[in-house]
Amino acid sequence: MSEVKQANPIRVLVAKPGLDGHDRGAKIVARALRDAGMEVIYTGLRQTAEQIANAAIQEDVDVIACSILSGAHNTLLPKIYKLLCEEDAQEDILFIAGGVIPDEDIPGLKEQGVAEIFTPGTPTTSIIEYIQDAVKREGKL
Amino acid sequence: MKTAQSLGLALDQGQRRAVARLITWAERNDPRAYQVLSERYANTGRAFVLGVSGPPGSGKSTLTDAFIRRLRAQGQRVGVIAVDPTSPFTGGAVLGDRVRMNEHATDREVFIRSMGTRGHLGGLSKATSAAILALDLYGCDTIIVETVGVGQSEVDVMRVCDCTLMVMVPGLGDEIQAIKAGVMEVGDVFVVNKSDLAGARRTARELRAMLDLNHGEWRPPVEQIIATQAEGLDAAWTAIETFISFNAEGNRAYQRRFESVKHELLGLMQSAILEKASQSQAHVLKIDELCAQITRRELDPYSALNQVLAILFSATR
Repeated sequence: MSEVKQANPIRVLVAKPGLDGHDRGAKIVARALRDAGMEVIYTGLRQTAEQIANAAIQEDVDVIACSILSGAHNTLLPKIYKLLCEEDAQEDILFIAGGVIPDEDIPGLKEQGVAEIFTPGTPTTSIIEYIQDAVKREGKL
Repeated sequence: MKTAQSLGLALDQGQRRAVARLITWAERNDPRAYQVLSERYANTGRAFVLGVSGPPGSGKSTLTDAFIRRLRAQGQRVGVIAVDPTSPFTGGAVLGDRVRMNEHATDREVFIRSMGTRGHLGGLSKATSAAILALDLYGCDTIIVETVGVGQSEVDVMRVCDCTLMVMVPGLGDEIQAIKAGVMEVGDVFVVNKSDLAGARRTARELRAMLDLNHGEWRPPVEQIIATQAEGLDAAWTAIETFISFNAEGNRAYQRRFESVKHELLGLMQSAILEKASQSQAHVLKIDELCAQITRRELDPYSALNQVLAILFSATR
């Protein structure tokens, strides 16, 4: 049987915060997550932190995966996390990011709510495994 | 929001996270969702539900976006359920309808939810009806249900909405497509979107000619629009309102909702019976055994069905 029944797919918001117009990475990740059996909500380019947090709450996603290449990660990512906290949603949503993020910025971002950061060259399988393990660990499904 | 009680309370207070979680529970077939909805069902049925359907790429999301803007200008609270297909092979899906509706992403009076079909055929997902109830309880005045891109047989939308809008476009291979059953029979109002493209008037004319052959008291109007430029939307909305007042005459509206409810109850019965059959290991083994017999031509599927029904319903008593 080629048809796989997965009762409760993991729901992931793949978002592009800020002003860079490069979404190939986000689209490849979206496709890979889909092929891993997840429901991916894609919202397109140039999203504000408010738009991302609102979409995540309405869609009741398990994961927010932000792709950011503009260099504004230190501003935008903590802002998204803050908005989730205002809705008391931070404990229900796994918040991860990927893109061009310098190593020295990573510890600071992790202190401000980003659970994990995937830099260029990360195989999509690592992201998939990370999400599956983390969601299982938190007992979210 | 772990129990039906606490979520119900949050829902009654108008918390949007409660609505979001209620829809998630319904999608997971979680009994807590049905408990919350059962207790509040008497308070539902207030919202106007508009179905938006049509072939892939016809502009359903763009038109939905334009309608949201219009309804917001009237001060309405708007709910949107946007359904996209789930892969039958991986169970995954990319739900991208929000891309066209980003303008409303921070508007607290607009609640947009994307749903994958999760194996359900017919153009909607199994939990769509429950999601409509959830948004109704949230106080949405209008709920727009956007189906997957339809071919000919995805006609579930007419079972959940008060008016079905069919979005067509020029150049679909009109003559042949227009004859096909299904899509032509479920639309209450038709629009030809992208009417700045060549062949739009011809498409509208052919649609009208086909619809003239329909039997029934309502002849669906056909309006030409350009959703991206908000052109023709007044006429399209007037056509929807005309249908609503037509439907309000006599007991038409009641009859339509009766048919919907009946369709839903029969659907629930179907899944409950299937679930019952797969719940006990003995039943699963028995079904496999019957299938083996059928495969070897020692038994036929029709007699096997009678055996299965006998087992399932004797167990109930």
